[in-house]
Amino acid sequence: MNRALQTRLRVEEFLIREASLLDDWRLEEWGRLFTADCRYLVPNLTGDPYESPTRTLYLIADDSHHLAERIKRLCKATAHSEHPRSKTLRLISNVRILEETPAHLKAVCGFTTYRSSQSSTDTYFGNHEYLLVPDGDTWLIEEKRTILKMEALRPHGRLSIIV
Amino acid sequence: MEASIQNRVQDAIDIDPDERTFRVARSSYVDPDIYRAEMETIFSTCWLYVGHDSELAAPHDFKIRNIAGRSVIFVRDGDSKVRCFLNICPHRGAQVCREREGNAKAFTCIYHGWSFGTDGGVLHVAEEDTYARGFADSADRDLVPAPRLEEYRGFWFLNFDAKAVSLRDYLGEACVYIDRVVDQAELGMETVGAPQEYSMRANWKLLAENSTDILHVETLHATYLDLIRTNSDGQIKRGRMEGNSIDLGNGHSVVEREATYGRPIAKWISLWGDDAKVEIDEIYQRLVDIYGEEIAIKMATYSRNLLIFPNLVINDIMSLTVRTFQPTAVDYMEVSVWSLAPVEERDTVALERRLTNFLEFLGPAGFATPDDVEALESCHRAFAANREAPWNDLSKGFRGPGDDAIGETKDEVPQRAFWRGWRQCIENQITERLP
Repeated sequence: MNRALQTRLRVEEFLIREASLLDDWRLEEWGRLFTADCRYLVPNLTGDPYESPTRTLYLIADDSHHLAERIKRLCKATAHSEHPRSKTLRLISNVRILEETPAHLKAVCGFTTYRSSQSSTDTYFGNHEYLLVPDGDTWLIEEKRTILKMEALRPHGRLSIIV
Repeated sequence: MEASIQNRVQDAIDIDPDERTFRVARSSYVDPDIYRAEMETIFSTCWLYVGHDSELAAPHDFKIRNIAGRSVIFVRDGDSKVRCFLNICPHRGAQVCREREGNAKAFTCIYHGWSFGTDGGVLHVAEEDTYARGFADSADRDLVPAPRLEEYRGFWFLNFDAKAVSLRDYLGEACVYIDRVVDQAELGMETVGAPQEYSMRANWKLLAENSTDILHVETLHATYLDLIRTNSDGQIKRGRMEGNSIDLGNGHSVVEREATYGRPIAKWISLWGDDAKVEIDEIYQRLVDIYGEEIAIKMATYSRNLLIFPNLVINDIMSLTVRTFQPTAVDYMEVSVWSLAPVEERDTVALERRLTNFLEFLGPAGFATPDDVEALESCHRAFAANREAPWNDLSKGFRGPGDDAIGETKDEVPQRAFWRGWRQCIENQITERLP
C-alpha cells in the first residue's frame, strides 16, 4: 500500500475513533485528544468561516480553557439541553489529507451527525477541518474547525452537542 | 361551544387582587385562532424590528429579512437612504431578490425579467411597447414599500399599518434604556459579523417572556454560573440582585440590575488580566465624565434586559445582543441574534472580550441559550395539557393591578407587562375593526 493511502487510513481510524467517543458521550476521553493550546471552532453559518473569531461572531470559539469547561458542562445533569442525553450518530466520510509535514498534518472530512431528542431528530452536516500534531504513533488535535453547511440552525434550534 | 376570539383574549389573563395572583391561560400559546388573531393585529400594527443601520454600510447594500411572514428587502439606496420594500414583483409576484444579502444596483425578477432600482423604482418592464403608453411610469409598477419605516438610534423598524403612531411614541419610555445602551459607544454601535440564526419549536410569546426573566438564571443556567465563577475566581454572588424590573408601557419592559459577570463596558473580572483593568477603568471614567457617576454606574456595572413589544430584545448583559423572533406557526419561531459593539472596538482586545463573553452565554452553542431553547420547547409540549392544567402563574411580586409598574429584579413584572400589552393591542384592533 502506498504511503499516502496508509496515512489516509490512519487518519480515518483516528477520526472514526473520535466520532465513536462522542457518540458514546465519553467526552473527557475526547477532550484528551486535544493539545494543551488547542482551538475548537465552529464558525457562524453565514459569512467567511476563516475570519478570525477575535473579529467576527462565531457559534463556538473555544480555547483549551473553554473547551475544558464545555466538557465539564456537558457532563453535568444541569446541562439541561443534553440531559437526558440525546442519541447521536456521527458519520465521517470523504477524508482528504491536505498537507503533511513532520510537525503537522492537515486533514478534512465530510460529516453527517444525527441528533435525536424529545421526539425530534435533526441532521447536522458539513466539514471538519483538522490540524493534527504527531503524538507517538497517533496524533493530537491542535485545531478542529467545524464548518456547518446548513443554511441556518433551523429547525435544530441548538448546537448543544459536539457535532 | 367555542368562545369567541374576543372572549378568549379577554379571558387569557386571570387576576385575583385579594390573592395577589396573575395567571395566563396556557391555551393562549397553542390556540391556532389566537395565533391568527396575533398575526392580524399585533404583527400587522406594531413596530417590528428590521435591522441595524450599520448592516447597510454602503449604498446598494441589502439584506433580505422575514418580518411577520413577509419577505422584505432592507436596502440602502444610491443616495444612502435606507428603504424597505416587500419582496414581491408588482408584475406576477415572484420574489425579486432571492439572495439573502449583498450589494446590487438593481433587483431583477427571474420570472419575466422586470427589474427595479434600490429606490424601488421600476427600471425595466418586459416588452414595454406592448403596454399602454406610460404604463411603466405608474407607481403601481414600482416595488411596494413597507407602509412605514422609521429609525431610533440606529435601530430600523417597519410598520405594516400606515396609520400607526410614530416609532418614537411607540417606544416611549423604552428610549431611555436604548439610549443608555447606545451611549456607551463613543463612535456609535455596529453589528459584528452575521446574525446567528436558529429556531425554537415553541410559541413566540415564550421567548418574549424568557428574555426579561431573571428568576430562571440560577436554576436553568447553573452551568453558566459555574463557568463565570471559574472565570472570576469565585467572586460572583448569589441570591438577591440589586435592581428593578419595570413596566415601560405598550407591552415593553426592562430589567436593570447589578451584573454578576464581567462587562466589556465596564466591569472588570480577573480572567481578563491587569492590563484590561486599566483599560476598563478608563472607559468607566469616560462615562462618569460625560454622564455623571449615578448614570455611569448603571451603564457600566448594571445589565439591561429590554423587551420592545412584541418581538425585539436588546440585552445589554455580559455582551450586547439584539434578538428578534418571527413566529411562522403557532408552535415555531425563527430567531435571529446579532452581536453589537462600539465602532471604536474594531481590531481591539476589547472586541475579543466582548465576543468571548457573548459565546460563553449566548447563541445556540453557548453555555446558556441551548438550555433556554430546551425549557421553552418543554413548556410548549406541556401546554398540550392546557385543558386539564389551564394556567401559567406569573404572580411573583404582584401587589395588585394598580400597583405593578416596578418590582424587584426577579419579579415577574416584565411578563405581566407583556401580557397586558398583548391583550390591549389585540382588543384595540378588534374594536377598531368592528362596525
